[in-house]
Amino acid sequence: MSIHFRRQTEKLKKMVLTLGGMVEQALRDAINSLDQRDPELAQRVIRGDRQINSTEVEIEEECLATLALHQPVAFDLRYLIAILKMCNDLERIGDLAVNVAEQAKFLCSEEEIMHVPYDLTAMASRAQMMLKNALDALVNVDTTLAEGVRAADRQVDAIYREMFELIEAAMRENPHQLTQLIHYLQIGRQIERLADHAVNIAEDVLYLSNGEFFKKNAGDENDTIGRIGHA
Amino acid sequence: MGTNPVMDKSMSTTESDLNNANTATVTQPDDRDQLTLEQIAATDNFKSETHDALYQESPIINVKNFNLWYGSKQALFNINMPIAEGQVTALVGPSGCGKSTLLRSVNRINDLIDGLHIDGEMDLNGAPIYDKSVDVIELRKRMGMVFQKPNPFPMSIFENVVYSLRIDGERNKGVLEEVCERSLRGSALWDEVKDRIHESALGLSGGQQQRLCIARAIAAEPEVLLMDEPCSALDPIATGKIEDLVEELRGEYTILMVTHNMQQASRASNYTAFMYLGRLVEYGPTRDIFTNPHLRPTEDYISGRFG
Ligand SMILES: Nc1ncnc2c1ncn2[C@@H]1O[C@H](COP(=O)(O)OP(=O)(O)O)[C@@H](O)[C@H]1O
Ligand SMILES: [Mg+2]
Repeated sequence: MSIHFRRQTEKLKKMVLTLGGMVEQALRDAINSLDQRDPELAQRVIRGDRQINSTEVEIEEECLATLALHQPVAFDLRYLIAILKMCNDLERIGDLAVNVAEQAKFLCSEEEIMHVPYDLTAMASRAQMMLKNALDALVNVDTTLAEGVRAADRQVDAIYREMFELIEAAMRENPHQLTQLIHYLQIGRQIERLADHAVNIAEDVLYLSNGEFFKKNAGDENDTIGRIGHA
Repeated sequence: MGTNPVMDKSMSTTESDLNNANTATVTQPDDRDQLTLEQIAATDNFKSETHDALYQESPIINVKNFNLWYGSKQALFNINMPIAEGQVTALVGPSGCGKSTLLRSVNRINDLIDGLHIDGEMDLNGAPIYDKSVDVIELRKRMGMVFQKPNPFPMSIFENVVYSLRIDGERNKGVLEEVCERSLRGSALWDEVKDRIHESALGLSGGQQQRLCIARAIAAEPEVLLMDEPCSALDPIATGKIEDLVEELRGEYTILMVTHNMQQASRASNYTAFMYLGRLVEYGPTRDIFTNPHLRPTEDYISGRFG
């Protein structure tokens, strides 16, 4: 690997980790804005999305130029492909954090409900941990950590699967809270989806280390549940 | 700004437009975009597509309206080319397009050829290269040259490196040794040869010999390094080492490198100049030339869709 190329991949890795940091912050702020009923914080997440998007574009351009100029093969090629895919997933997580922030902003203007019928706190903190670990796994191409992210997703999925029944029951019990409950349902969906993107990032790390593509199975199943839940 | 992309593109060479207002045949970049290489080759004063980024750089060498003939055969046509200080500039193009001719014009080793005739100007740091008052020997010292085939002199590694200092009459052993070590380190050869610097340079491998030639060039503390296909006689490993070395020398030296290897240009240079039959077709940041060239012929050439 030439000095030039090595510097270039180091630069790309730093850029992805910077993007990762921005997305982690957006997610943390989105969840805090919900927790603390802080519409300004939610607004900040919404505004910050533009910078996340432009950083993603920058990384993509850098990757494409690196591919064109260095024509890497084997690990080097997988590395660049993985980075391209990862920044796409990070950008999507950023979008989902914005969705959560929008729901949070709306909920701030509604009467507060004392009890969220499903374990949103656990779901949110798992998802955040998954994102953090996926990014850490990239730093040293740590496959154990990456495998851990896939495992953690099953817990998020489990909470998600129960969520529909719990919300449905709560709606029957407290029909006057219907609006809020619908928004909490949306929030659960966003978090489940962003956890899936964290899994994608972890799977890119696994792909990087051994060149095998991983197919996520649980995701499709969840989507079905999602659709039924909405019907 | 930015309302009409076609307009933007035509405006992107404002400065060069001012510099080359005398070009008559083809002046519209929009037209140039549609030109074929055959048409370019039929134009004596083709105006190169020089990217804006070049005008943001401070040029150490500036080539202006430069033409060159070998006897009655013209080999360079109206070349306008600022060369960025401290950067690596690659000259690419099919063989016979005039890359070596241009490179050899810069330090005037072409002067030795019978029947050679030039027209136009070249500056080094603002001072004309082709001026009667220029001491050609002094000029060449300011520009180290590395050739296609490594050409170590049949003497020790040490004597090869300090050759230019010997010529200048330097006798101080301490100075010579210091320059030798510094130059060999600079050319990433020191660790491989430090225990045998008094042995013949001819015993080195091809790649080592080429790095020795680079050490010999930088021992004279030149401002510019001219390299003519420095890797074409080397295997991929030795080539990789030279490319790494080029990357390390960048900044301290300005490097102008001829290569017929497009990948080498894309890997190792900051600026790329694409030449065709004596014309400079397109010249810009290597990244842009290889990801988004402005002219169709450049795109065709770098993609291998050519001829
Ligand atoms: N010493 C020379 N005498 C006459 N013609 C020459 C001489 N050197 C080069 N040429 C001609 O000038 C043109 C450019 O050659 P050159 O600069 O060596 O091209 P490149 O380095 O791009 O392969 C070619 O047509 C070549 O035949
Ligand atoms: Mg040549």
